[in-house]
Amino acid sequence: MSKRVGIEVSIAIAEAVGLARAEVIPAYPITPQTHIVEHLSEMVANGEVDAEFVPVESEHAAMSCCCGSIAAGARTFTSSSSQGLSLMSEILYIPSTMRLPIVMVVANRAMSAPISIWNDHQDIMVQRDIGWIQTFAENGQEAVDLTLHAFRVAEDRNVSLPMIVNIDGFTLSHVIEPIELPDQEEVDKFLPPFKPRYKLDPRRPISMGPVGIPEVYTEAKVAHDKAMKKAKRYILKAWDEFEEIFGRKYNPVESYRTEDAEVLLVTMGSISETAMTAVDAMRDAGQKVGLLRIRLWRPFPGQEFRKAVGKAKVLAVIDRCLPPGALCGPVGAELRSLFYKIPGAPKIFSFVAGLGGRDVTVERFEEIVDKARAFAKKRPRELYEVIGVREK
Amino acid sequence: MIPEFEKFKGFKAKNLPKDEPLSSGHRACQGCGEVLALRMVMKALGKDVIVCNATGCMEIITSPYPHTAWKVPWIHIAFENAASVASGVESARRVLARKGKIPKKHVDILAVGGDGATGDIGLQFISGAMERGHDFLYVCLDNEAYMNTGVQRSGCTPYGAMTTTSPPGKKSFGQVTWKKNVPAIMVAHNIPYVATASPAYFVDLMNKVKKAALVKGPAYVHIYSPCPTGWGSAGERSIEISRLAVETKVFPLYEVIEGRYIISRKITKPKPVTEYLKGQRRFRHLDEEHIEYIQRRVDAEYEKLLRLAEMD
Repeated sequence: MSKRVGIEVSIAIAEAVGLARAEVIPAYPITPQTHIVEHLSEMVANGEVDAEFVPVESEHAAMSCCCGSIAAGARTFTSSSSQGLSLMSEILYIPSTMRLPIVMVVANRAMSAPISIWNDHQDIMVQRDIGWIQTFAENGQEAVDLTLHAFRVAEDRNVSLPMIVNIDGFTLSHVIEPIELPDQEEVDKFLPPFKPRYKLDPRRPISMGPVGIPEVYTEAKVAHDKAMKKAKRYILKAWDEFEEIFGRKYNPVESYRTEDAEVLLVTMGSISETAMTAVDAMRDAGQKVGLLRIRLWRPFPGQEFRKAVGKAKVLAVIDRCLPPGALCGPVGAELRSLFYKIPGAPKIFSFVAGLGGRDVTVERFEEIVDKARAFAKKRPRELYEVIGVREK
Repeated sequence: MIPEFEKFKGFKAKNLPKDEPLSSGHRACQGCGEVLALRMVMKALGKDVIVCNATGCMEIITSPYPHTAWKVPWIHIAFENAASVASGVESARRVLARKGKIPKKHVDILAVGGDGATGDIGLQFISGAMERGHDFLYVCLDNEAYMNTGVQRSGCTPYGAMTTTSPPGKKSFGQVTWKKNVPAIMVAHNIPYVATASPAYFVDLMNKVKKAALVKGPAYVHIYSPCPTGWGSAGERSIEISRLAVETKVFPLYEVIEGRYIISRKITKPKPVTEYLKGQRRFRHLDEEHIEYIQRRVDAEYEKLLRLAEMD
């Protein structure tokens, strides 16, 4: 039977990776991912997990090592953050088109400069187009569940794509929460052993990662894109199976008090819990406000999102990333493109908030909703606004 | 002495393996010394091997999809990271064998790259893999510049050589630095086996590769690989140039077994370096002064090597 324990989220994630029977774990330390890999290293050292922990010399080597181990047929996990994730960047594009199902937890953190170890989503937004399936966790339970889900989906032969579970650095990675840790039997039922269709094996030699001449390159990338689109079905199916075994239900987009809402906040990650509190307060004050949370970011669940928006007139999108010189934040841009020229589409504004560990309070969400209402009446000069900038 | 070497009787010119894990029909230039060296490496290793190839000439010429020249499992991920990919393959096989998911039979893991992939951009990755002690061999096929991108200088380009980024001009004479000693850097990692080899001495080359594969833990073989296209030499002279590099002491052949230097081919009557330099367009512009410097430095470097060998 699963047990409910008070546990640091990073430790719980490491326990989940152990329950998933990960076989090779190449990792390089970076704040705030460290507790995940420290605990995994400890579990391997104590023989609690029969795996190889490879203490590589950089994140670039970590991802390269992951490519080798997954291609050789071992269940592979790593974790990173921020600058480290960016150092991997060159390699991240490769296992996805090569269809190598590595699982990675990213403890989201700001990008330098100035150097900041604190949370926002700039690190992962830089890697938006690497072609990995990506989910965002709101709390510790989700972080554990989505990690198990990631192995199940990534390694499904109908999917065969690498997968990232995003968890907010510190605000999620370093907090102690009550979490239900599943037992081994349940996890084994949910997650069959990794059986790749192709692997490096002298008994059946194949060439992996050949040159893509112009006559084949486009087709290779189209095949990748199609695989991502097709993956959504299996992502949802795995969540259904997850519910059957563990009793917790997950959706690509979660709605909170959206019935008859005029304004919807749109969030990703742990900030959503504060947003819910803010929605409750605004509802108590008679405002028709709700919340949509994007759990599945890639492939983007457009259909589900449009349905979840319903008849709402205004979307106040929280972007935890400020791309200098862009028209608006990446989540805002995604949604504007989703609703472009759709009859009755809501007005969409991007609010950049919570950069580099800046708190986003209930009051800030109220301010955002007020501004979104005002912008809907009088179109602002820019499509985005940065919230909570100190004037002095 | 390394116990794994005792069972190995060595290849002889008469009984070389017939297998060709790297098939003909690839797209290398005429007279390519690198692909010839790679062919010998693969003949020495046989079929029970997994190859992790760095980006470069050998990767390009053997794998234009849907064709492949590889009859053994082969993977290419990127330029600098072949040693890290090999680390992953080795770790995976270790755990999978322990769990009974693959046969326990030993499979060699080869990481292979050019001089740029090894001595420049990949140095950190190789250093990491060597330091961690993975059971694999790394082969550097050294053609002394970035040939795949059009002959730019690398840290392994020899002094005075003309490349597209070390051009001789009014204020320059070509490459201004001495060749980086990558084998010495590998020796500094205290790995059990390091060797240099040349396709002109192919039995020696194959024996060294086999020993590198047999030894437990990381091993490194640095192979001289003539590039007619990049060096401006005649394609049919690649083996002759390889032999001259050894006979002039420009590229000495040696092994370093558990830190002990052993000269494979002692050069008692060396030919002058001019014999080696002539017939290679990359050295054509050098004046007497530079050639004299090269001769002095080659002699001095060889003396250093002899002293290392004598110390044991």
